[in-house]
Formats: sequence, structure tokens, C-alpha cells
Amino acid sequence: MAKRIDVSGLSAYYGSTRAIEDISMTIEPRSVTAFIGPSGCGKSTFLRTLNRMHEVIPGARVEGKVMLDDENLYGANVDPVAVRRSVGMVFQRPNPFPTMSIYDNVVAGLRLAGVKKKSVLDGVVERSLQGANLWNEVKDRLNKPGAGLSGGQQQRLCIARAIAVEPEVLLMDEPCSALDPISTLAIEDLIGELKSQFTIVIVTHNMQQAARVSDRTAFFNLAGVGQPGKLIELDDTQRIFSNPSVQATEDYISGRFG
Amino acid sequence: MSTTVTVTDATPPQLSHRLTAARLPRWAPAGIAGGSIVLGCAVGAVADLKSHLQWGLISALLFLVASYAVSASVEGRRQAKDRFATSLVWVAFICAVVPLVSLTFYTVQQGIGAITPEFLSHSMKGVVATLSPDGGIYHAIIGTVEQVLLATLIAAPIGLLTAVYLVEYGRGRLAKAVTFFVDVMTGIPSVVAGLFILSLWNILLGFEYSGFSGSLALAILMMPVVVRSTEEMLKLVPNELREASYALGVPRWKTILRIVLPTAIGGITTGVMLAVARITGETAPVMMLVFGADFINSDPFNGPQQSLPLYIWQQYSQVNNEFGYSRAWGAALVLIAFVMGLNLIARGIARWRSPKGGR
Repeated sequence: MAKRIDVSGLSAYYGSTRAIEDISMTIEPRSVTAFIGPSGCGKSTFLRTLNRMHEVIPGARVEGKVMLDDENLYGANVDPVAVRRSVGMVFQRPNPFPTMSIYDNVVAGLRLAGVKKKSVLDGVVERSLQGANLWNEVKDRLNKPGAGLSGGQQQRLCIARAIAVEPEVLLMDEPCSALDPISTLAIEDLIGELKSQFTIVIVTHNMQQAARVSDRTAFFNLAGVGQPGKLIELDDTQRIFSNPSVQATEDYISGRFG
Repeated sequence: MSTTVTVTDATPPQLSHRLTAARLPRWAPAGIAGGSIVLGCAVGAVADLKSHLQWGLISALLFLVASYAVSASVEGRRQAKDRFATSLVWVAFICAVVPLVSLTFYTVQQGIGAITPEFLSHSMKGVVATLSPDGGIYHAIIGTVEQVLLATLIAAPIGLLTAVYLVEYGRGRLAKAVTFFVDVMTGIPSVVAGLFILSLWNILLGFEYSGFSGSLALAILMMPVVVRSTEEMLKLVPNELREASYALGVPRWKTILRIVLPTAIGGITTGVMLAVARITGETAPVMMLVFGADFINSDPFNGPQQSLPLYIWQQYSQVNNEFGYSRAWGAALVLIAFVMGLNLIARGIARWRSPKGGR
């Protein structure tokens, strides 16, 4: 499990607009990499190129290479559906399937991939919910609708749903921005536990959060409105927050930005 | 209507900062309405107006004027405008409800007498319709149910898939063209749909009159309604759910089938049922294509059938005496009950299948 991601010369477009330009970086396995930067700098776009969710939007396309260990995600015969099975994603707003119970939500990925055996699914539900620190809160009401949970619980349900298909990489797009501090803490603890099994990439606007949860931090910036976003630097989180090598990073982190 | 804080109406230069003002008592609107009705009826009676509709309209007008005037004199102009708007909404609501209720009431009143076990279980075969009150609508019920069922079986899947195409796949010219033709089809008069099937199916291709050719015309009328309502329902499904499904490595067709359609199924069912209710009452195409048999024919593919709207028309215009009228009212009542039953079923399904948020 837990694979390394090697990005080289990646640009992403929406129609004719270039959203991110020439990004190259290595994301280490079994670690948490945080993306920080101002709004509109392409963090989320870049994250979505890592599991080919970018191209779901009409008119969107990508140039460059994303290597997952030794396979190029943008290679000739690569099936985007297969890519998304190994690179899971958690979204900004919790989005459990409203027609499904908690149980069905967790096993949705497996069931829709054709796994039917009850004993297997039962095991996955317990393991995933425990992995997402939600098991104790919902074990007595697995057949209740997932939409009836609180926001923080819903987000952990979505994480359980994402890890139930056993991906190698887990992408998180501002997973705590719609949550209160206590739920945020629960998710951050969870991220710390999950990194022993998965490669985790998290986009966040909260720099304290990046400092708390991540091992490495990437700072993105854009030259101006309408300009494509660029990777400024990627380094150990400690170094980025104490002694970054680029002035812009220091300005952004210390709030002297713009 | 609760005791909210009111700010008095005043001109900007000297804004009043008093938070209390004169208010009409709670029962004032009801009182004004009652007074207006009494006065309206009195005016109607004195002026010797024959139609009660006129009495009602006078009362409504009096109610509107009185609401404004009373409120303006006590509470000020701003409150008076608010009261006037509220009164207008009420009057409009009553204007909409009165015909509906009176139609239902009158149909029940006229039709309930005709409905007997015999009426529901016999056809018109061997009955001299103009001379005897016997006979029934069994053949028409069978015909309507079969024709509507067949039409739904044709139109619902095609309409559903068209809507899925338009929402999930449709881009560019083809999608625009499909949307345009669906819009055009929505406006096709039912007579034209009937004529189209008559010339294509019965004359050009040489099939005989049957329930099925009626179903074809009904399907043409039903399809655009299904497409439109399903399209709207599918658009309501949040994109985040599709993305969540894609991110789990679920292919697109499975996402549509297992995530998008179940989320919208309540609304889709309601839309289909409303379309069914709409075609159930269609008379013109049935008249041309089903032909209106007096006997029971439960095979919709061979020979003429009967249907409820057509039966009502025949009894009213061709039998055209008290026996015919009585049977027509009875059939009309059954038809309304049938459509209402379908609506209730649709609501039930929509409530049962729609996404639940409860704990």
C-alpha cells in the first residue's frame, strides 16, 4: 500500500485558462503533505489532478506526468476509474449519499464495484468506521440514514467511505473547513493515525492545521489575478514554518502577504 | 400576526423612533371579511343580481378596499399596504379553490347515484342506451387502464433515458436540438398526436383500430412531460454526490444508476404519475384510434376498445338523454377518482423513497 507520487511538469487547464503551471514535486509515502496558499492559487485544482477528478469538469485538461510509484496516471491506457480506486478523495463539504444508510454509505464503493458477500462487507464496515474513529458513535444505528449525522460525523463517515475501498493515497480537500474545532480535532487526530497506512495529501487554509498535522508542506502562490498558480516551495513542515527558503513563503506564513 | 414590534410609518426627515404603534386586533381581518361578505350579499340582493358569482366578486372587492381603508386609518399607510397584499393573496387563493371544489362536489353529487356494483361490472353490450338505465363502464375501465399502462410502458423508459442523456451526457448541438424538440412536443395538441398515429399507424402501415394505437398517441403526449419533469429532478441532484461516487472509483453509468437516479426517484415517480394522470383524461386521440366499443375487449392489440373519457363523451353527446347523462356523470366520477388515486399513490411513493434526514 501507500505509494509515492512523483509529479513532473504538470499544468492544468479549464478550457483555455491555465489554472496551474509547470508543477513538479515528490509526495512521500506514509506521510502527510499539506498544501497551503492563497485562494485561487490552484491547490485544489492540483489535488484533483492527482486522481484525475480534474477532468470530470467539462473542458478541463491536464499536461504533464503524475507517477504513482512507476505508473503514469496520465499514460495512454490508464482507466481513470481505476486511478480513483487507488487514489481516494475526501471533499470540503461532507457529502454522504442521502439515500443510503450509514452502513450502505461505507460499503458504497465496494458494493458498486461488485462485492456482495455480507461477511466481507460487515468486516469492512467495522474496520473502516473504527479507522475513521466513528464506530463507537454509530455502531448501534448503522441502518439509520447517513445524512442524519452531525457535520463532523458526516465528514468522518466520508473518510470511512474513502478508506473502505483501501486506496493507496488519500486526498483531502479542506476536510475541516466546514467543521467546528472539536470535530476538526477529531479529524486531525484521525489523519495522524491514517498516515501509517496511507499517503495523505491535505489542502488547508488553516496554517496552524498544516503545522499540526503535516510532515511536509508545499506553498503555492500566483503572480496576480488571472495568472496561473505555481508551486513556490516544498519542504519539511518545520523548516517551512521556521525558516523557509523563499521570502514569499515567509510573508504568507507570517501574515505580511499582499 | 404575532405581537411583533412595529415601526411607525414616517417620512425620512423626522424619523420616529417609537417602537409601538396602533394595531388592529387579531380578529380584524376575519371581521372585515365577514362584514364584506354580508355587505356584498346585501348589495347583490338589493340590486337583484341573478348570479351568485357577482355577489362573490362584489364581496371580494369590498374586502380588499375595506382592508386597506380600515388599516390605513388605524395603523398607517405602510401597514395598510401589507394588509392589502395579504388580502389579495387570500382572495386569489379562494378564486382558485372555488371552481376546483365546486367541480369535485358537483361531479360527486351527480355521479354518485349512478355508481352501483352493476354499473362497475357490466359493459354496454346489448343495452339500448337511449331507452334503459342499464349497462355500465366495465369495458371502459379495462380499456383506460390497459391503454394508459401501455402508453406508460412506452413513454416512461424513453422519457427517463432522454432526461438522463440531457442532464448527464448531453453537450452541444444534439442536446440543444433534443431540448428544443421536447419543448415543441410539450405543445402538441392531443388531436394532432391522434391524427399523426392515425395516418402513420392505421392508414400508412395498415393496422386496425385498437387500444394499442390509442396508447401510441397517448405515449407521444406523455413523453415530453416525463422528460421535462425528470430533467428538473436530475438537475437537483447535487454534483458533489456524483463527484463523491467518482472518487470512490465508481464508473459513470453506475453512478447514474445507483446514486443519481435513487436520489431523485421520488420526484421522478411524481412526474411520471402526473404525466399518467394527464393522459388518462385525453379524449381526442382515443376517439380517433380506439373507436369506442360497447362490449368488453380486454385485448388492447386487436379490435376496438372503450375508454372512460370517450365513454363520457358518447353518453353525453350521442345518447343525449337522462340515462346517458347519468352514466356520463358516473363515469366522470370514476375517472376523477382514478386520477386522484394515482396522485395519492405518487405522493406516497415520493414520501417513501425520498432521501431522509432523520436520526
